[in-house]
Amino acid sequence: MRPERLFACALLALGIALAGCRQDMHDQPRLKPLRESEFFRDGSGARPIPAHTVARGNLRADTVFYTGKWADGQLADGLPPQVPFGRALLERGRDRYGVFCAPCHDSAGTARGMVVRRGFKQPTSFHDPRLREARLGHFVDVMTNGFGAMSSYASQIPPEDRWAIAAYVRALQLAEHAPVAELSAEDRERLAASGANP
Amino acid sequence: MSQLFDRSSNALARTTMALAVVLAAGGLGLVLSLGQTSWVTRQNLLIKQPIQFSHDHHVGQIGISCGYCHTAYERSSSAGIPPTATCMNCHSQIWAQAPILEPVRASFRSGQPLEWVRVHDLPEFVYFDHSIHVAKGVGCETCHGRIDEMAGVTQAAPLTMAWCLDCHRDPVRNLRPRSEVTTMGWKPPENLAELQQELAREYNVQSKMSCSTCHR
Repeated sequence: MRPERLFACALLALGIALAGCRQDMHDQPRLKPLRESEFFRDGSGARPIPAHTVARGNLRADTVFYTGKWADGQLADGLPPQVPFGRALLERGRDRYGVFCAPCHDSAGTARGMVVRRGFKQPTSFHDPRLREARLGHFVDVMTNGFGAMSSYASQIPPEDRWAIAAYVRALQLAEHAPVAELSAEDRERLAASGANP
Repeated sequence: MSQLFDRSSNALARTTMALAVVLAAGGLGLVLSLGQTSWVTRQNLLIKQPIQFSHDHHVGQIGISCGYCHTAYERSSSAGIPPTATCMNCHSQIWAQAPILEPVRASFRSGQPLEWVRVHDLPEFVYFDHSIHVAKGVGCETCHGRIDEMAGVTQAAPLTMAWCLDCHRDPVRNLRPRSEVTTMGWKPPENLAELQQELAREYNVQSKMSCSTCHR
């Protein structure tokens, strides 16, 4: 092949290659979660649920599971049947408590969390007599509807996790007031080793 | 007739030819490597957001966990951006009058969402699912870097297909216990390789190399 023809071929190949450097396929009008949309007037692709409608599977007729209250408004005194009690529930509760509650209520439930130390209104300690005597459903109700300065966590914590957290709060209350004599020998040793004053 | 070119023209001609080859190869190399630069991948680029939200402050100093705001990180294809109401959980009382937070309050009053700019923007032909990566024990910081040290969030990984495949080929070495997924600055135990083998079995982690894993 003559050199100038070779050069022309190379130039053509380069042109074709460069023409491929476009982002059209990367940026298609596909609706990704929370992406903006030109179709809706408010510009939001994530649509709020229209008033007076119930999405399929969201009827939530089982009030106690979703709100912590029976249909007659009485707070539930224990876990609803679809939440089986066990170590897994408490561990899930501890994990979610650390995410959603500890910023204010702190990891021991004494209401001295980081956000409180930064100036948020101090909540009641979980070891306060009123909350020790409160029914389990009370905690689920507060997470669902908010209480005082605390807003509702219904959109952040799914119902099954709210029950797990409530169960873990109960465990925290038990732990805070457990007599040393009731601990296993192993736990007593660890307590002594930690230097804590029971 | 005298010579048109003197002897030095030979050297000039050779140099020109050599330069042409170097230039062509260099140009091709430049075009090919352009895709790896942050100009295309947007890696480490600081993106201007409507609010100067600092993960360094909220995560690193206050200690708020990823899931408090990105509530869907373990349940959905997208970890999610919190609604303004989540900001107001604390900022109804803390810095409640701060001018820097006025756009947050305005959004809360009007219901018009804040327009955050997507930092991790995958191409539209990639169908990424956030929850499965979390479920298999890939830590937040493995892909997102030390978010707890970022005042403004940047994309820590190149997010190129080569980068995805690097892990999809051999995912085991990026595993950690599910309980440590959101931990920033995780200190791996000494028997890490052994633990990862164990986790891979327990979580049923597979190397996913089929095209249709990510492209539909």
